[in-house]
Amino acid sequence: MNSMTQVHHQVGDEILTDYAAGNLAEAFNLVVASHVSLCRDARHRLEQIEAVGGAILDQGHGFAMAPGSLEATLALIASPQPEETSVAPSRRCSVLPAPLQDYVGGCIDEVAWRPVGMGVKQAILPTSPEASVRLLYIPAGCKMPDHGHRGVEMTLVLQGAFLDGDDRFARGDIEVADADLTHTPVADLGEDCICLAATDAPLKFSGLMPRLAQPFLKI
Amino acid sequence: MPARDRKRDDWAAVLLQIAQDRDQKAFAEMFQHFAPRVKLFLIKSGASEPMAEECAQEVMVTLWHKAHLFDPDRASVATWIFTIARNRKVDMLRKQRRPEPEDLPWGPEPEPEQADVISRKQESSKLREALATLPASQRELVEAAYFGDLSHSEIVQKTGLPLGTIKSRLRLALEKLRHAMV
Repeated sequence: MNSMTQVHHQVGDEILTDYAAGNLAEAFNLVVASHVSLCRDARHRLEQIEAVGGAILDQGHGFAMAPGSLEATLALIASPQPEETSVAPSRRCSVLPAPLQDYVGGCIDEVAWRPVGMGVKQAILPTSPEASVRLLYIPAGCKMPDHGHRGVEMTLVLQGAFLDGDDRFARGDIEVADADLTHTPVADLGEDCICLAATDAPLKFSGLMPRLAQPFLKI
Repeated sequence: MPARDRKRDDWAAVLLQIAQDRDQKAFAEMFQHFAPRVKLFLIKSGASEPMAEECAQEVMVTLWHKAHLFDPDRASVATWIFTIARNRKVDMLRKQRRPEPEDLPWGPEPEPEQADVISRKQESSKLREALATLPASQRELVEAAYFGDLSHSEIVQKTGLPLGTIKSRLRLALEKLRHAMV
């Protein structure tokens, strides 16, 4: 198991419920799954929220199955099963938890980084189109462009830390920003910062230069 | 405890019969209870009736094949089936992969503590009780949150309540349910 970290900024119950119920876009699912992989307490809350899901499923009487449904299901069981694609056990990676390794296709040194200027690098990961998710590499002390949001943005720290106002976000911490927030995250000085960031809308930058760069950045 | 409830807490034993003896009678019993509930969950999540029927059958096929992976130490049978149905729903309705947290929750675990198994059973019946005693307005919100059949703004329209009120009611309801599990 990946080393659990002392996590100070956890995902809220609302998002965790959407994750447990399967109501989030894949990009956000990946951020939540990665966060839960690094935070024991969030995992515990997820298990509780799934238990509520079990209780909701179990109440009432359901919707009558079609006639002959049991027989049809037993026939499905008897028919040959497609080979289960067994997932190779993930390698130890000190940065990427297992769900992220699946999307990267390996460990942190196998990420296909692309430079986006000022030492910042990114790698967009393939997900369903309602939202996008990328790995970001921000050199220590580097300032991210000042930006507001049109949608929801979730940022999970995987290495190093970033500061946003009075808050410090380190490995395992998640920051959820919505349309009301304009923020200027700065990578902490100690170490280069690696984050996983998902958004369901293009970010809007306050400065002119980043706005010009936006189509190029694909954010 | 009424006989029915006692029986419902023993689904783990029925699942074990399926895992160990490939017992079709045990499977039929579980099918009768859970397949219609999974079907309703999928319909409320937005599936058409024929699609929900097909997927509920597939969920039950998965239950048969993965019965040996169920770990009574970690969750109730209803919760386990909920996660299978949820994954099927993501697959079918959203047509996307579902990333799972590391240390897959349903892998075989060494040595489940007997005390944990018993507390899971208690937890599950307490939770059912807590859900049943929630005020109807709160229960409906919790259900809507799980089924994803209402976005918050749709709840706002339907109830005429401000979003902040809805969110705090939902939070309150989840808090009550969580307390039932402690």
